[in-house]
Amino acid sequence: MDAAAALERLREISSQVRTAVIFERGGKVVGSTLADEQRAKGVAGEAEALLNEAEQRRDDATGEFAQLEVALQAGSVFVVRDGDRLIAATTQPEPTVGLVFYDLKSCLRDLETEAAPKQRATAKRKPATRTKKTDAKS
Amino acid sequence: MRSRNVLTGMLLGAGSLAGTLLFRRRLARRRERVDVYFGDGSMVSLAKPGEAEPLLRRARRILELAS
Repeated sequence: MDAAAALERLREISSQVRTAVIFERGGKVVGSTLADEQRAKGVAGEAEALLNEAEQRRDDATGEFAQLEVALQAGSVFVVRDGDRLIAATTQPEPTVGLVFYDLKSCLRDLETEAAPKQRATAKRKPATRTKKTDAKS
Repeated sequence: MRSRNVLTGMLLGAGSLAGTLLFRRRLARRRERVDVYFGDGSMVSLAKPGEAEPLLRRARRILELAS
């Protein structure tokens, strides 16, 4: 699934997400629901800076950054990571946090399936071999 | 008569306690905060104005750009 299709699907399944931008580390925008490209780049840049600052707040945690939510009076900002890809999204105030995280992760995984399609192992059918049953008694 | 008064008092007390708890929960939810989740399952919540402010500022900028 390409970025546009994944974002379209996200908008279909999540009524809470207002806008979303998919990007890579370094700020390269992969897809966006924003019509203005410059704004999408701005959101990606700010979101990356946001997660860089968030990563510095880690105390003794050994894991990498996975996701974050910033709750504001005007709405919430979410950043979710899946491999090298990230998605930043905005919602209305007081969203259903778990549901939004789930939808954003699903969106990134939809993209992942396109980036690295799983190859199905072609199982070769073994030729049927007949073995003669020999009766021990006869 | 006296037992009825006691019951009324208890009901009023329980009601006001439940109301206070609900109000405080709602107020806490409305507070501006940052929740960061890491891959190992740990989570850091920043709600104090000093520590959360730089991240809140960036998030406000994102909301502005996205609106």
